[in-house]
Order: sequence, then C-alpha cells, then structure tokens
Amino acid sequence: MEKVSVKNRDVVVPGEILATGMGFVPGNGTYREGDNVRAARLGLMGVEGKVIKLTPLAGPYVHQVNDRIIARVKDILMTGWRLDTNSAYSAVLGLAEATSDFIPRGADLKQYFDIDDWVICKITKVTSQKLIDVSMKGPGLRKLIGGRVIKVNPAKVPRIIGKEGSMISLIKEGTGADIQVGQNGLVWIKADPEKDPKVEGAIRMIEEKAHLPGLTEKVKESFK
Amino acid sequence: MSYTKRFDGRQFEELRKMEAKVGVVPSAQGSAMFKIGNTVAIAAIRGPREVRPRFMQDPTQGLLRCHYNMMPFSGHGDRVRPGGGRRSKEISMIMEKALRPVINLSDFPNAMIEVHVELPQTDAGTRCAGITAAAIALAHAGYEMKDLVASVALGKVGNQIVADVNYDEEAYEGEGGSTDIPLAIVPSTGEVTLLQLDGEVTQEELKKIIELGTKVAGDIFKVQQQALKESFKETA
Repeated sequence: MEKVSVKNRDVVVPGEILATGMGFVPGNGTYREGDNVRAARLGLMGVEGKVIKLTPLAGPYVHQVNDRIIARVKDILMTGWRLDTNSAYSAVLGLAEATSDFIPRGADLKQYFDIDDWVICKITKVTSQKLIDVSMKGPGLRKLIGGRVIKVNPAKVPRIIGKEGSMISLIKEGTGADIQVGQNGLVWIKADPEKDPKVEGAIRMIEEKAHLPGLTEKVKESFK
Repeated sequence: MSYTKRFDGRQFEELRKMEAKVGVVPSAQGSAMFKIGNTVAIAAIRGPREVRPRFMQDPTQGLLRCHYNMMPFSGHGDRVRPGGGRRSKEISMIMEKALRPVINLSDFPNAMIEVHVELPQTDAGTRCAGITAAAIALAHAGYEMKDLVASVALGKVGNQIVADVNYDEEAYEGEGGSTDIPLAIVPSTGEVTLLQLDGEVTQEELKKIIELGTKVAGDIFKVQQQALKESFKETA
C-alpha cells in the first residue's frame, strides 16, 4: 500500500516516516529504509509527484562553489590572504583572484587587504577535504568598509534574500541601508544609526518566522 | 520483603513525567531541555569548528565530542565538586558512542561538533536524560541524522524489573539489591546504542529489560518529536 503520511509543508523531525511504498523516491534530506521514506533532518515536508524532499529549517553552512560569502581576513600569506568564513574551514584568497591591479613582486599585501578587513567574495573551488578558494572578481564583490556584521542562521539566508532579492531590496528601500548577505550566515549592514536597529529587527524577524506565510507583509509593516 | 510497590507510587513499567523544550540556549546553534521526574538535562550544540588538539583530527569525517557536567548544587547529598572527574569523563564518552551511529558527519572532515550537557537538577538517570536531550539538540541544530536517540535507565529493584529508576530505587538496599541498566535506543530500528549494567541480572531478565526498554523508548521518542515540532508552531 502506498501512501504519504505527512502533509505538505509540515514540520518533520529526523526518523519520521514521510511516505510508505517503493513507488516514492527519496529526495534531498530524506532516506529510504525498507519500505519507508524517512526524514534525515529537521525540515519542512515537500512532495513533488513521486519525489519526497525536505527543506531544512536549520543546519550548519556547507560550502558550495559559486556561493557569495562574507569573510574576515585572519592572516596574510606569502601569496594571498587567509579568510575566516564563519565555519570550521578557512578560505584562501589568492593574489591573482584578489584584484585586477598589478601587484609588484615583494609588495606589502596589507595595502590591499589588512587583517580584520571584511570582504564579500565568491567561492571558486571546494575540495573533498574542504580546502576553499575564493575570488574577488565578479559583480558586487568588494571589500566591506564600515558598517557591521551580524550572524544569522545559514538555513534562513534564502528567505532573507527572497525571490530574486525581493526581501532584501524591501529592507533596503524601507531603511535606505546598504546590506550584503553572505550564504555562510553573515550579514553586513551599513545604515544610519537610527535605522540600524530596524534593519537588524527585520532580519531577525525573517529568521524567526521564515517558515510561516505572509512574511513580506510583516516586514513591510515593521518599517511603518 | 521484596519490592512490591514503587517508592513514588508509579506502575512498574511507568516512566516519570517527561517534559522537553528546544531553543533553551539562544546563543547555541541548537539546544534542548529534557526533564524526566526530577532529573533535568540541558544540551547545547556548538560547531562545527576546527579540532584542537590537532592530532585528533579525522580527515574522513567530523568528530562528535560530548561534555557531561553535573552542576555543583544538583545532587542529593554533598555538593558535586565542579570540574571533570573519572565519572563525567566516562559518561561523556558513552554519550558520544550512543549518539554517533545516528548522525552523519561526512560533510565535516577535520572538524568537530561539540555537545555540552549540563544537569542543574538530578535524581538518577542523568546519562540517559543527557543523551535524550542531546539528540533533540542535535536535530534542532539541523544536523543530518537518520533518527533521534531515546534513552532511559531501567533496572531490577529487589526482584522486580522496573522502568526509569529514580535515586531512591537506585540506592535500594533490601533483599536482591538494586541493578541499574541505562539503555539508549534508536526508535526506528530498535538498535541499542548504549547498554551498561551495574549490579546483577540473569540472561532472561536482561532480555526482558531490553524488551521493556525498547517499548518505553517509544514514549520518550514521542516527547522528543513533539518538542521539536512545537517550537515551529507558536506565533502564527
């Protein structure tokens, strides 16, 4: 007998039976055990035809190529910089990927990026052992001057950005702030001192209520 | 005289009243409180982060590290001396072993995930409450797990097999004495990830105890599930 045991968009916990029957295909965040498809993490249930999948509600950041992340320079190497990526693994920014300027041999790399500078960069390579290369070449990738950085739940970053950046531009319009969101769960905010708490408040609210409907309206309201 | 009626009036197979809540430590990545009777365990997850000391790194998968701690004012008699001891070291290790089979850390080579379990109030069954709380906290932190782990201490008091022994029963000195058997069960498969024994039992009794443990673990599992789901329901 084949059946789906959980309603769409319900919260499911690890080990919970989502569907019974060999006709179903276990997708992201699920696994098959005998006849059952079970949840492999905390998330929201999703059924797409015969595929059972799960949208994670929490979780540590796992580096992926082409992710835009916010990182802090933590060391200067012979031929580049080591960046702290708010995770267990550090990333390396090579000289060739750092700037399009010519860097003369023996130059002091501090002129370009000093320790404790914040940057927004793009991941270009991740190995199986989590050695990470990043690049500063690309639209919008730059050193982040001024402002401040807050930590958010990396699983909620897609909601903070919104569909094609709709949510983040809503906050930008509402407060006039400059905001950059990194996939690794760091958000850089540069705003007027009186607007700054509103920006953080909006982001915290999205983080908390990411799984509930009508979020856009609530964010709009918070700026009134 | 044998043990015919439980000290706190429970049925022999009845667990103490349970309560669970997630998100009790806001600064942690995931956290949970699990209360069974007068035993309270709070688990908080940190990480993944770089492994120190470095020689302990595993390049094939992440490491799970548990820290078990009874708070100074938590016990029955004298204050519990702060800092680790032989007992807490052992319990930290068995907690790691009880939780490791369900969690997939292949995404975190050379890194570790830390589980901190604090016990503000204790009345026996602390390692079990700790494992139960830690399993909820790991799920709350969003790690990939094939299942939760439900844990409970069973025992033989006098000649009677009982579920969820409390401190009075653990200290029973009547005929037959007291045997304490902490168990941890993976509910979906019935796998036993922790089995310790302090006392004496026969083979048949042990079989019965494991059977009973598997049965009551289902109730604990429901409480764990409920706690995780409820945290997302409130404030529509």
